[in-house]
Amino acid sequence: MLLSMNWICDYVDLSGLDKLALIQRFSLSTAEVENEIFMKGSDLSGIVVAEIKSVEEHPESRKLHLLKVDIGEAELVDVVCGAPNVAVGLKVPFAKLGAQIGDITIAPRKLAGFTSNGMCCSEKELGISDNNDGLMILDPAFAVGTDIKTLFDIDDIIFEVDNKSLTNRPDLWGHYGIAREFAAISGRKLKPLDCADLTEYDNLPAVDMKIEDSLCQRYSCLQVENITRKVSPVNMRIRLYYCGMRSINFLTDITNYIMLEMGQPMHAFDSRKVEKLRIKRYDHKFSFKTLDGVERNIDEDMLMICNGDIPVCIAGVMGGLDSEIVEDTTKLTLECATFDAVSVRKTTVRLAHRTDASQRYEKCLDPEMTTTAVARFVKIMKDADPDAKVVSSLTDEQAYKYPIITFTFDRSFVNRYTGIEISDEHILTTLSALGFGISLEGTTFTVTVPSWRCTKDVTMKADIIEEITRIYGYDNFDINTVYAPSYPIRADIRKSVEEQIKDLLVKRFSCHELHSYIWTYNDEYKELGIEVEDNVKIAGAANPNIETLRKTIIPTQLCQVKYNTAYAPEFGVFEIGCVVDGLREDGLCNEKKKLAITLYSKTESVETVYGKLCNMLAVLFDDIKHAPIKFVKKEATHSYQHPRNLNAVFCGETEIGEIGVVYPTVSKKIDKKASIVYAEIDVADFANCDKIALVYDEPSKYPEMDIDLTFKTDIYAPIGESIKAHGGALVKNIKVTDRYADEAGKSITVRITFADKTRTLTRDEVMVVANKVIADLTGKGIALKA
Amino acid sequence: MSQNIAELKQEFAAKLAAAESMQTLEEIRVDFLGKKGSVTELLKSMKDMSPEEKKAFGQEVNVLKNELAQAITEKGEELRRAELEREVASMPEFDVSMPSVLDRGSFHPITLVQRECETIFKSMGFHVEDYAEIVSDYECFEALNIPKHHPARDMQDTYYLTNGQLLKTHTSAAQNAIYKKYRDDLVNNGVPIKAIFPGRCFRNEATDACHENTFFQMEGVMVDKDISISNLIFFMKTMLSEVFKRDVKVRLRPGFFPFVEPGFELDISCAICGGEGCPSCKHSGWLELCPCGMIHPEVLKAGGIDPEEYTGFAFGLGLTRLAMMRYGVKDIRDLNSGSLKVLSQFTEDK
Repeated sequence: MLLSMNWICDYVDLSGLDKLALIQRFSLSTAEVENEIFMKGSDLSGIVVAEIKSVEEHPESRKLHLLKVDIGEAELVDVVCGAPNVAVGLKVPFAKLGAQIGDITIAPRKLAGFTSNGMCCSEKELGISDNNDGLMILDPAFAVGTDIKTLFDIDDIIFEVDNKSLTNRPDLWGHYGIAREFAAISGRKLKPLDCADLTEYDNLPAVDMKIEDSLCQRYSCLQVENITRKVSPVNMRIRLYYCGMRSINFLTDITNYIMLEMGQPMHAFDSRKVEKLRIKRYDHKFSFKTLDGVERNIDEDMLMICNGDIPVCIAGVMGGLDSEIVEDTTKLTLECATFDAVSVRKTTVRLAHRTDASQRYEKCLDPEMTTTAVARFVKIMKDADPDAKVVSSLTDEQAYKYPIITFTFDRSFVNRYTGIEISDEHILTTLSALGFGISLEGTTFTVTVPSWRCTKDVTMKADIIEEITRIYGYDNFDINTVYAPSYPIRADIRKSVEEQIKDLLVKRFSCHELHSYIWTYNDEYKELGIEVEDNVKIAGAANPNIETLRKTIIPTQLCQVKYNTAYAPEFGVFEIGCVVDGLREDGLCNEKKKLAITLYSKTESVETVYGKLCNMLAVLFDDIKHAPIKFVKKEATHSYQHPRNLNAVFCGETEIGEIGVVYPTVSKKIDKKASIVYAEIDVADFANCDKIALVYDEPSKYPEMDIDLTFKTDIYAPIGESIKAHGGALVKNIKVTDRYADEAGKSITVRITFADKTRTLTRDEVMVVANKVIADLTGKGIALKA
Repeated sequence: MSQNIAELKQEFAAKLAAAESMQTLEEIRVDFLGKKGSVTELLKSMKDMSPEEKKAFGQEVNVLKNELAQAITEKGEELRRAELEREVASMPEFDVSMPSVLDRGSFHPITLVQRECETIFKSMGFHVEDYAEIVSDYECFEALNIPKHHPARDMQDTYYLTNGQLLKTHTSAAQNAIYKKYRDDLVNNGVPIKAIFPGRCFRNEATDACHENTFFQMEGVMVDKDISISNLIFFMKTMLSEVFKRDVKVRLRPGFFPFVEPGFELDISCAICGGEGCPSCKHSGWLELCPCGMIHPEVLKAGGIDPEEYTGFAFGLGLTRLAMMRYGVKDIRDLNSGSLKVLSQFTEDK
């Protein structure tokens, strides 16, 4: 919303104060002011009233005229002018030689062979409207040579407040409410609004009006006729223009002016069309043409202003085309009302049509304002058009009254909430400047919230703190730390496990952490031939690519791998993120946090890469839980899983995830030749696994003894099991030292380390164990390689 | 015989001087002092001598023997020194200008700034909480004093799910659960509630270089008997000074959020221009950084805490925004792009 400092100064005398500094204070105390502040008129000087004394046709140009103008100096000035509305006797604004208009300094200038010693100006050239149709015509009563700035309020400071920072302050949607803030900030007094006394019309007939629906809180109306004035006074038009509104005609301008001044929207009907004003909802849907010519669909929830049974206006949003003021309108009915804010908001949302009026109604306007606004309207109307007549009494019905809010608070409450000492005097003056009723007895303050703040904004003690402190100034606060007993802070186990996983994967295994979205990437999945599995969806999603929530991170991660195949011949990526595994029994999402890892390699075999990933998981489990890893074959259930080498992963005895190879067609679409292996682990399940305590094993003082055995097999498990079964306490370590294949087939070499804490082992007793293992394995068809 | 000794000495000296390797030296030793060496031969010639002569000659030969042995040892040391010097000198200078191969992994930039913030708050005694991404309408709105049809719901275009839940629009959605979790400790044992909860949030809006539908925030709350606005400003200033590693100036402006009263927008002095005004801060000298405020009494009540007895503050920090500021990331979409060209650059940042 654009705000005019001149307008504010109508209601609070800020003379002698630094206005820009006050605007800064306003930004810190009330609502954020945009950085750009417009110093209107600062680039305009040397413009005076001139009278056109003679007009001659230009000999060669049809458009140009040669004028002599009187600017109150000894000699007439020769001017070449291109405006269409030049005429002898007119008074117009004139930029003298040396005058400043924007970046231009007026100097003598040759125009089609004649010298022009200045320029007659349009309103647009003066920057006071966008009217460039012709010269601005001035009041004939103005004396020639008078500086235009002494006649009109061209100099002004215009600043903008973001509407978003006013959502909770219905009172700040007009200049008067803003002026109240400036009064409180500056310590100056707020002047009352200049209104007509409407009691003098009490004897006139009332308007036939009735509120038939409680969504209308208050409806005030008045009929006027004989408004003859078409164009609004210049200063009024300048203010509207500076505040971002175009001047339409006098009548419309006053309603807009009052909206910008008081925040109260008004509407004018042709009285012939609203003989029987009724405010109600309909029990059916219908189409209604608003004054912008658009047909709109009205439904049963939308409040309408009606003439009897004929709808004439969407309450709080926009009037109808049929009841609009037209050329032959003589009598107008003014509407000044308040409606239920939620209802107006819902209506604008359903119509997808927000207006200056509706955005104010949505904020819960003060119903007490309507009659004042009518009185203000009459005052402005009569001042500018003395012949205009009020022809009805003020007709006013109030269907809803907000309760008066009064409460007390103790000064200790202020101290406690602010943490500083704010004087009683500051509290009293601030609240009273803001319009609150306030009194102090002992240490107890009693406040009454003014009507314009109690529609939703200020309802309780904590709200009062804001009023006191924002005017006090947060920059003036002493800041302090807190004193409290201290207790140990225990880290959330899942959170710390997550951090450990990240550290290991990044620092030890050089993996890269990625983020992705919580929904499936339908298009990208399709490209890879991965099915989008049915799951919880986003309701009413406009974009099918942002619709279905993911059950697993892996497909998305594979899309990311594909995106990065040119990055390096081999890399590992991981993500810790949420997935939704359908709904739980109670209907809520089964949200889970997963760790997904994918390894990609163009240079190594899929078996090698798979082994690497197994080993990475083993390191994670060992490092974080001191727990061994175990793999158990499982069946494929997703389209990206290769049915071979798909294993459930166990941390100790708990199944916490899976490791697998990517299905061949998917894998080839990512990269024809690369090996791609993935794992997905449930982070919470992993975090909840028992951590196996570290047990110190004192090294034996006696030498260890190693024995190497090579077996003809390609599976290690039976060897390990056999050694453990037969070696007992003597076996200290088993290590696979070699795996190879030759013409005789695959074989595995293990080195068994034997040790005893109490003595040196003899070769014979070690060989007893070795022979048992050999015999055992031979029995199982696994021969010792000679 | 002394004649022979003199000759032998001369011969030895000449050979020793000529020796250039340990091997030659060993040959010299064998030639002179070995079992069949010249000196041994000299001793053999004693057998025909009288005892007096033997004694005298024996002593003379022993002296000789010791002299030679001594000379050989010294020569040996000299040769070893020379050899070591040659070995040292023979070591080539390596090419340290070769580029290093770091083969390092990377953290997501959000992880880096999140960890940093967590460390700061942990050091001030705050719990770090993890919370769900999918929450109820109650958690996200109702419990935060945002009833249905409240204009604040306009500000947040929400992803509602087909089961009636929603993707949380702000980390504040965790507030209610956190109050309930720590309420008993507060009320029964006087333990202040001090917690931060970083998390991923979602808003249904069109994405461009500055807007994302998926982003990270970090919320913080502190509740105790006498928490004040003065405390709030202190913690904000301290926390942000730690984050930005300089003494930041902060300023508060009124801001409207239904779950705080009073609510503030907190600005910090622009790091780029130091408050003078520059394009980064739109020439204001200030950057709007984090919304905060005193927790609304209704919000405390919903968490089971009596607002007459307890007060508290809450704040929100945009982790995504912070990461972008910290690393100069210009396009927010890069963060979720999965592009290793972008993301592999974020190694540990201590």
